[in-house]
Amino acid sequence: MTAHTKGSGTTWVGRAIRRLEDPALVTGQGRFTADLPAAHWVRFVRSATAAGKIVKISAPDGAHVVTAADLKHVKPIRPMLHKFNYVPVAQPILADGVVRFVGECIAACVAASEAEAEDLADRVEVTIDDTAPLVDARDALADGAPRVHAEAAGNVIVEGKVKTPDFDAVWRGAHKIVKVDARSRRQNATPMEARAGHAAYDAATRRITFTCTTQMPHLMRTAIADLLGFPESDLRVIAPDVGGGFGQKMSLAAEYVVLVWLARKHKSSFAWTEDRRENLIAGFHSRDQHVTLEGAFDKNGKLVALNAAVVANIGAYSCFPTTCGVEPLMAMAEMPGPYDVRHYACRARGVITNTCPMAPYRGVSRPVITFVLERLMEKAAAAFGIDPIDLRRRNLIDKFPYTSATGLVYDEASYKQTMEMAVEHIGLPAFRARQKQARAQGQHLGIGFAAFSERTGYGSPAFAARGMEITPGWETVILSVDPSGFVEARIGSSPHGQGLRTTLAQIIADEIGIEPQLIKVIHGDTDRAPYGWGTFASRSLVISGGATLIAARKIRAKLIKIASHMLEADADDIVLEAGSAKVAGTDRTITIAKLAREAYHQTHRFKGEIEPGLTETGTYDPPGTFSNACHVAVVEVDVETGRVRIEKFLVAEDAGRIINPMIADGQVHGGVAQGIGNALLEEIIYDETGNILSSTLADYLPPTAHEIPPIELHHIETHTEASITKAKGLGEGGAIGAPAAVINAINDALSPFGVSIDEMPATPQRIRAALRQAEKAA
Amino acid sequence: MKPAAFVRHVPKTVEEALAILAEVAPQDGRVLAGGQSLVPIMAFRMARPAHLVDINEVAGLDRLAVDGGKLVIGARVRHAAFHKSVADGPLGKLLAYVVRHIAHYPIRMRGTFCGSLAHADPASEWCLVAATLGAEIVARSKRGTRTIAAADFFQGIMSTALAENELLTEARLPLLAADAKFGFYEFNRRAGDFAMAAALATYRLVDGKIAEPRIGVGGAEAQPRRIAQAEATLAGQAPGDAAFRAAAEAAAKAIDPLEDIQTSGEYRRDLVRAVVRRALEHSA
Repeated sequence: MTAHTKGSGTTWVGRAIRRLEDPALVTGQGRFTADLPAAHWVRFVRSATAAGKIVKISAPDGAHVVTAADLKHVKPIRPMLHKFNYVPVAQPILADGVVRFVGECIAACVAASEAEAEDLADRVEVTIDDTAPLVDARDALADGAPRVHAEAAGNVIVEGKVKTPDFDAVWRGAHKIVKVDARSRRQNATPMEARAGHAAYDAATRRITFTCTTQMPHLMRTAIADLLGFPESDLRVIAPDVGGGFGQKMSLAAEYVVLVWLARKHKSSFAWTEDRRENLIAGFHSRDQHVTLEGAFDKNGKLVALNAAVVANIGAYSCFPTTCGVEPLMAMAEMPGPYDVRHYACRARGVITNTCPMAPYRGVSRPVITFVLERLMEKAAAAFGIDPIDLRRRNLIDKFPYTSATGLVYDEASYKQTMEMAVEHIGLPAFRARQKQARAQGQHLGIGFAAFSERTGYGSPAFAARGMEITPGWETVILSVDPSGFVEARIGSSPHGQGLRTTLAQIIADEIGIEPQLIKVIHGDTDRAPYGWGTFASRSLVISGGATLIAARKIRAKLIKIASHMLEADADDIVLEAGSAKVAGTDRTITIAKLAREAYHQTHRFKGEIEPGLTETGTYDPPGTFSNACHVAVVEVDVETGRVRIEKFLVAEDAGRIINPMIADGQVHGGVAQGIGNALLEEIIYDETGNILSSTLADYLPPTAHEIPPIELHHIETHTEASITKAKGLGEGGAIGAPAAVINAINDALSPFGVSIDEMPATPQRIRAALRQAEKAA
Repeated sequence: MKPAAFVRHVPKTVEEALAILAEVAPQDGRVLAGGQSLVPIMAFRMARPAHLVDINEVAGLDRLAVDGGKLVIGARVRHAAFHKSVADGPLGKLLAYVVRHIAHYPIRMRGTFCGSLAHADPASEWCLVAATLGAEIVARSKRGTRTIAAADFFQGIMSTALAENELLTEARLPLLAADAKFGFYEFNRRAGDFAMAAALATYRLVDGKIAEPRIGVGGAEAQPRRIAQAEATLAGQAPGDAAFRAAAEAAAKAIDPLEDIQTSGEYRRDLVRAVVRRALEHSA
């Protein structure tokens, strides 16, 4: 069920039109990287050892096997931050003498088919002299721990510290201190399509076309051209249909560099399609954070100070382009979330270990910090003996703009309103009555709330604050009306499921008065789209949407100018609607197609007043905005087995103006599903030797449709000046709020047992272990 | 994730299949039926059979019939065949109830009952059924035919009494008495996953008391088996919460639990306690 409080109207924006991208996808006409034929297929030999020195690599005689020795002139991946005591570490494209995690590429085996390449890989023998691996961040931080990289003493490669003035005095004067010690275990984003790349040499132009499943085609072009040392203009990167990314496909795969190197060297085509096992062990991981959070409250239950310690296990290398700072530094910047707190201290460290490197994953740190912060709110409410909703009421930000203790500026939002909306629609008093009755019959129901802010659509100043050598932010859109009157928007964003072809068309349609179905949005091809940053961080609708609006307004102005010439009317009297320009209050009209024809073929009529053609560019680099929501989970915990069943899930959210309610709801549904996986199911498990035990989808458990309850959505639309479309972005929110809501609900259900579940996923084993311990203590 | 090279043989008769198996078994030959377990592990190259004896076209192995008080299930009978009752009385209902717990619909369309027994995954629902109800398993080779009792057939994790040159041609399940009661419960993390513990219970009521109880537990030990201690606590008792709890406790104590990095022996016992009691509650 969905209730939109505002936003529907006669315009295209705000309407739940069907996605323009779907007919191809649902009829099997989608085009994916692995669909392309190739002359050569590549299989990678991967390390079966977490740490060690490569003694020998032996391949069958005459076989085509590439090792680090062949790549002497290829630079390693070495992402850079200029702040936060960042220690740059180098990742060789193929392991160069040393292996640092299970799954690291050691050799590339080339054959005529995937099966033959795999046969060849089986026959390559690698001898490794094992050394003791560091798997857990705690072991890597221990005194005297070996170094994963020689240049990184203590294995900490990024460290952020913040402490506001007067923090210590406020802390000492606090009425109550409440503490949470929480862990969010390691995950894999598990996109439906694992990674894949296809590099082909074109003899006519001597260029390489590299097709890959990426969220950032231009960044792939920059990175690969830089590492191989050739002009970007000789490399075309195409992201065709992409089967999900969730952040995993933002980061540069070393495998991709090998494919382009092979295609250039051998002037042929080379392809690799990652299998699920490779993806689970080596396709980038996420989360794996240990957060200790203390909150100091005054006697009225007002939060006065927060003190956080964040340890993020970032794996063996730092990911390009964001660097491994992305998780710990996001945690540090945004820990206070939607709550007003004036004093804040945090130490956030990224610790390098012999595990698969980390990449961003939907929500980046905020699923973890929301979980920790919302556990803190629940524990504080218990400590004060007040209702947790009431405690939140006393602390949620309600004056805007709000400048946080770390200097972030929060634009107008609806933290309190969404929470009240959630409380009302879930029927809290009735639930409490039902819960009491159920408990009497041995059934354990619980309800959990999570309020959060979701920073979205931030431009280059926000990224620059992180000291990133590569500072993303802006987006460019080139909008053209062709002489036949059809519209093409070429965008630097790279949607892969977000529905941007539809939502941008809705924005354009309203400006220039034609139907969205006549508008094509072109993306994912560096030869066709302007340089851009791709799609991640809930940014595309805000930033690319803003750039689209700017370009569309320019087109609109030009169409009106041409129409006023043609119709001999004042520009102020021209309206664009239903495919035509009209003179208001008259029957004088001309089609937009005719105006377009004039713009190209009759330019002499405009006496030099109007430039030929109908192409305009918009660029947008906004300050950033905050979406917000309150999630509610109702669960039943089976105390005998520890299994959690989610009975109901409710989201009250505010992402500003909703361009397409159906697409917005879909984003929330998918995010909530992933959040439920985070809370209950998904865990990459290493044994003490650094070997991965969860390397198949029988062991790594994303939720299925069976595990996802009905999700009830409610929307508030706060229109902010921080976004020119008034849209705030909501790609990650579902994944951010759901884990905290589910975990709080479990703890509510288990409140009679005196246990606190502060580890995700809350597996049946962990829940039973906590209950067993409580039973023994009692 | 491409299997290593193999030769696929497609015999049309049992005799032909046995002849090929006799020849290729020493060269790492394996029987292929539904392929729902074997093919994935071949894709991972954890199994690399050089020869596959594909029995999907072997005549006569699709038999599914009641014969001499037993339900005879041929080697080509798919899980999906049990979606509706295949035998009068409680056995047909039992199988139709249990089959819904096996993986997912597409897998049930291909995988076979006998293939599950031959694969002998400790968590297999059919292995639990076979062990609890006392199935007879018919193994044939060029040298002859033998019938193996379920209690002797399962020998450990994915380990059975079948010799490498033997083909499991059919399984026979004794029909349940018309007044027999049954109950089944399995625990897994997600719908369709392998059971972390499962229990099957059958018994009759004689003068309101439990008679001929059978309590089988699967997924918790290296192989499914009847738990005599649990059966002993039930025999002669009136069905009800007290008797069911006592049987569940006895089963939890009796097992030698499988353990892994996530699942302690203590937790496995918790699950056995829960699934046995719930299977009994389901029966009542």
